[in-house]
Amino acid sequence: MGIVLLVVVVVVALWVMSAYNRLIALKNQVANAWKQIDVQLKRRHDLIPNLVNAVKGAMDFEKSTLEAVISARNKAVSATGGGVAQVAKAEGELTQALGRLFALSENYPQLKATANIQQLQEELTSTENKVGFARQLYNDTATSYNTAQQQFPTNLVAGMAKAAPAELWAIEDSAERAVPNVDLKMN
Amino acid sequence: MEQPANLFEQQASNRRRSFWLVTGFVLFFAWVGFGGDIAWYLMSTGPGMEARSDYAPHTVPWIGIIATLIAGSVCWYSWKKGAERVLWATGAREILEPATDGERRLVNVVEEMAIASGLPKPRMFVVPDADPNAFATGIEPTKACIAVTEGLLGALSREELQGVVAHEMAHVQNFDTRLMTLLAAMVGAIALMSDGMGRMLRFGSFGGGSSSRSGGRSNDKGGNPLALLILVLWVITLILAPIISRFLAMAVSRKREYLADATGAQFTRNPMALASALEKLDAAGEPTHTITKGAAHLCIVDPSASQLSRKEGFLGDVFSSHPPIRMRIARLRGMAYQQVKLESAG
Repeated sequence: MGIVLLVVVVVVALWVMSAYNRLIALKNQVANAWKQIDVQLKRRHDLIPNLVNAVKGAMDFEKSTLEAVISARNKAVSATGGGVAQVAKAEGELTQALGRLFALSENYPQLKATANIQQLQEELTSTENKVGFARQLYNDTATSYNTAQQQFPTNLVAGMAKAAPAELWAIEDSAERAVPNVDLKMN
Repeated sequence: MEQPANLFEQQASNRRRSFWLVTGFVLFFAWVGFGGDIAWYLMSTGPGMEARSDYAPHTVPWIGIIATLIAGSVCWYSWKKGAERVLWATGAREILEPATDGERRLVNVVEEMAIASGLPKPRMFVVPDADPNAFATGIEPTKACIAVTEGLLGALSREELQGVVAHEMAHVQNFDTRLMTLLAAMVGAIALMSDGMGRMLRFGSFGGGSSSRSGGRSNDKGGNPLALLILVLWVITLILAPIISRFLAMAVSRKREYLADATGAQFTRNPMALASALEKLDAAGEPTHTITKGAAHLCIVDPSASQLSRKEGFLGDVFSSHPPIRMRIARLRGMAYQQVKLESAG
């Protein structure tokens, strides 16, 4: 009888240990995924002044659009370090401002002739993609973390591991859902 | 998400298979070596041999010891340098600083896929070959290498390139690259050894010195059945080993392509891009000359461009290193359809 009890206690203890460790590992993965987004956002913010400078000459008449991009970018920079929702909102606005800029750029065929524009276009495409994929990885990791801590019986250990649901990076606007098509070249 | 459980299973299974591959490889060499020793011993102590003036029983199993040592060294070498050797054999050069627009695009796309998969950024290589193809190698995901041909950089659009790189990153993540790289090194070693041993057998270095050979043979006829049995088994193993090892490499590879396609699509969320890339690779059809048979199973599409990899059914299944491209494209299209359905429902 005593042995049976001992075995049960040991098995339960082992399970608690592994469930606890799994939650901690997931929690760190979520934190790491968020750091990845941060890195890519910084890159994005650094590239935008270059973009604006490159197109300024050709798109002089679209000053308001360019200013909107700059101000959205500055807002996004100041939002970094904030919560998920705050960053997501600022970055969403920046994406929209950029989208308008790219749409307008189609009216300026001379942009095509600008030096470096192809390289800049590739860098921008890549950065937009990297932000998107970092966000995708973050949301996937956060979802498995949230699922793990809410599912029975792991939820019994969630309090011990100080597990709280991670906030997902939600995309509210359907226009923003589509990855902006960065194409400064006219076809 | 179902993916993680599936992924860990896949990684564990690949680690296990890599272990058994190495074990089986060493055991096989040991059998070939010690089997040869036993056959030699039985022949050298056979009836009538003791009476001979040059009677010298083969007592020290040095063939077995040497063969086992060689097998151990090959394993150690494959583990340490396998990836480098595979890359070297294809003449790939590493992209350290992207020089052209195409290379810059590749570097960016690989970085994007490293982010999407949550893996460290792999090293990138370009193979000087006009036929579009790509492969990944490396024992550890942290030391992975992705190589694409020059033809691939030229032929694919950005999204298609992304699909192909995602497929390769999926191989890296699943630990397929470890198993495949070890297999590539070992298939090569077995072919080499089989050739060498076969030559030894043909030139008849058995039965002691060359002068006693003809005498030994005639004395042995119907002599020791055990010696003959072992010898026959031994020869059969030698003949079959290169064939079996290549079939093994193909079988292992075929199953993994579908999974890597699916995982790659999970990274890009764009199965149609990989599908259209595969169509282009299929249409290219020229063989990739720089990639030899031993490394064929590493590639995204069969580099030999054999008609078999287009066939479905038994023959195509057994004799090719890749599943039929049509089937892969059809499955990817299925995924895209599911995705559209989900999005329009949500």
